[in-house]
Amino acid sequence: MKELRDPKAIRRLLGDIGEKARLLPRPPRIMEVCGTHTMALFRHGLTPLLAEAGVEMVSGPGCPVCITPAAIHEAAITLVSEKEALTLATFGDMTRVPTRKGSLQTAVPAPGSRIKIVYSPEEALEEARREPSRQVVFFGAGFETTIPAIAFTAKRAAAEGLGNFSVLPALWLVPPALRAILEAGEIAVSGFIYPGHVSAIIGAEPYEFVARDHGLPGAIAGFEPGDILLAVRSVLEQAASGTPRVALEYSRAMRAGGNPVARALMEEVFEPFDAAWRGLGTIPASGLRFRERFAGFDATPKFGLARLGAAGRDLPGCRCGDVLRGVIRPEGCRHFGKKCVPDSPLGPCMVSYEGACLIHFKYGQTRRPSP
Amino acid sequence: MKKVSLELGSGGRLMRDFIAGTILPSFGNPVLDELSDASHLPGGIAFTTDSYVVDPLFFPGGDIGRLAVNGTVNDLVVAGAEPRFLSLAFILEEGLDLDVLQRVIRSIRAAARAANVRVVTGDTKVVRRGQGDKIYINTAGIGRSIARPEVRKIRPGDKVILTGTLGDHSLAVILARGDFGLSSNVRSDCAPLLFLLPLWKRGALWMRDVTRGGLATVLFELAERLRYPILVEEDKVPLSRPVRAASELLGIDPLYMACEGKAVVIAPKAKAGEFLRLIRSHPLGRKAAVIGEVQSRVGRPGELLLQTATGGLRLLEPLTSELLPRIC
Amino acid sequence: MCLAVPAKITRLEDSGQGTADYMGSEVKANFSLVPKARLGDWVIIHAGFAISLLDKKEARETLQLFKEMGAASRR
Ligand code: SF4
Ligand code: SF4
Repeated sequence: MKELRDPKAIRRLLGDIGEKARLLPRPPRIMEVCGTHTMALFRHGLTPLLAEAGVEMVSGPGCPVCITPAAIHEAAITLVSEKEALTLATFGDMTRVPTRKGSLQTAVPAPGSRIKIVYSPEEALEEARREPSRQVVFFGAGFETTIPAIAFTAKRAAAEGLGNFSVLPALWLVPPALRAILEAGEIAVSGFIYPGHVSAIIGAEPYEFVARDHGLPGAIAGFEPGDILLAVRSVLEQAASGTPRVALEYSRAMRAGGNPVARALMEEVFEPFDAAWRGLGTIPASGLRFRERFAGFDATPKFGLARLGAAGRDLPGCRCGDVLRGVIRPEGCRHFGKKCVPDSPLGPCMVSYEGACLIHFKYGQTRRPSP
Repeated sequence: MKKVSLELGSGGRLMRDFIAGTILPSFGNPVLDELSDASHLPGGIAFTTDSYVVDPLFFPGGDIGRLAVNGTVNDLVVAGAEPRFLSLAFILEEGLDLDVLQRVIRSIRAAARAANVRVVTGDTKVVRRGQGDKIYINTAGIGRSIARPEVRKIRPGDKVILTGTLGDHSLAVILARGDFGLSSNVRSDCAPLLFLLPLWKRGALWMRDVTRGGLATVLFELAERLRYPILVEEDKVPLSRPVRAASELLGIDPLYMACEGKAVVIAPKAKAGEFLRLIRSHPLGRKAAVIGEVQSRVGRPGELLLQTATGGLRLLEPLTSELLPRIC
Repeated sequence: MCLAVPAKITRLEDSGQGTADYMGSEVKANFSLVPKARLGDWVIIHAGFAISLLDKKEARETLQLFKEMGAASRR
């Protein structure tokens, strides 16, 4: 895939993009919905290059780590610091989120308890099998990309009768959040770059309302620099011709219909509910919780944790919510780079590797390449 | 009540704050204040110490004993001293297999021989089962000073040489732990850097072994002390295939991964070619490369910049906390 | 979103468990979400699960496109 990073091809594409952007009546503003895209844009230094080509990129609510309300993070911290002989397994990014109770990384587990960082939810399941006397809680955060894996794991645990395994769910759906952002009408964007791996599960159909009801173009993109630029070009082309749609610019890795097997599994194990997102508030049918049949695997009632859906209080002064909605850029928060830096973050957006504030802080002051 | 968390020892900000806020005010003196890898004492003596904890004790390419020798030896080498003597102190957990201890000791003996240092003093303590984890080792090292790093002499055009691939040690330990369901033929690069010693006599300006915090942290700390920026070219940084794969798969950046047998050397512009040839002529330096230079045209003083493979340019930060696999 | 890589299936058990090769490294993976996948196929792996099959033809076309763009601008 080296070709997708080839500087010459990249320059060529940027040239194309610049030409197309100039032909539009207004300078284009494109929202990349996914944090992984934000990350890739900055990591490869593309954001300033795109700005030179006349395209402004806006970060969207693309990170389950960031949008998981403080209350759920705090519940996880309380659980592992108070309950003995328990393993709290989770993805690495979840351990750094600051709350009023500190973060999982600064938490000191109760005697016999530990925090285990995993790559796959199955690693947590394995631990539950190995140590039947230990409670293993998987703190599972994710969008549609990750949810089928978590559903599979819970279903497996049920089949094996593993009573010592449970999941603290923080599961979010992308299309309802997009709808909420568009309907709030606070931001003016000229199009969207849709997340390629979420789309590998849900397909293209769930975004079609954006083109149909809001007249906005969009493209599903992969994560190599070249992939993203192809998608940007497609959005500009659609804008120029006045034919908004959902373009597939990642067809090597996803089908228009998504992955029906994965979707069926999600549906079997979880059901949608009106979930509270950090910064976005409660959005209809935007979160998933266990269905009745699997309720025994929900760590929330099992350990008497804060009710899901309770937003909890964010840290005072943090404007992550506005950043996640694209209303302000991170630089617009008065704590950005002052009281709030990656080493001592005030809010989650400064924590997640794909949090908009962290990315802007780390990569924001990019320089122009030497001549 | 505040308690010590694992993060304090991660090499990130918390640890730097602890050193600046507690250690220096308590003990500060001209020698300590340098915060170099090893301290140069009056009489041409260099002195350093380090403690070693690693899980698992044995991993492809090394073990805790080998680490305990080479880590301390390398701290002396990069500070401009020829390693001579080591102290060796064990803290053992009750119930540890004696065979395991014997194996570690054999490894220490072999490593000390290879690094041409003698173990001249030591200590052994045993703690109750559960109060320690198998074996902890502390070594202190004494060496003969041959040169002092000369940060003030570093000028634009001087070259940054990396003596080999990044991240192999980090990855070898992670995989030996059996985490993340990943396996590859990666081996720890744990080795003594004695072959760099002759460079001091030939005018090396500065060296640092790339350990905790990785290349980015090491170079960031150097850039902070310079009146010029440093530019690193992503393309030029040598990486082994297993590290490349793991970094993409787990979402960790090799620029922040630890090594145990690699160093960065700042070479005067005119000598970079000679240095590179010399380093490459040693088996441990075959993959060495010039990965960047001290700048005067791009960037601002004190900045560490990365020219990305796609042609973009961005600032590098020091490691802020432990490397973790990401899902996003 | 969400980090994922293309890898080649090197072991596939009836249970859906197996391994995949990614740049010479072997990673444990669960292939239950892609029942059509066969040994030797390429899949996209996220958090230890294969989430979709890679379309070789499409992948080749994308690569070709970029090779051409890289070459065309060289002149
Ligand atoms: S800069 Fe910090 S405080 Fe401000 S919105 Fe971002 S995370 Fe919150
Ligand atoms: S967790 Fe990461 S990959 Fe997953 S959505 Fe967030 S930003 Fe994207």
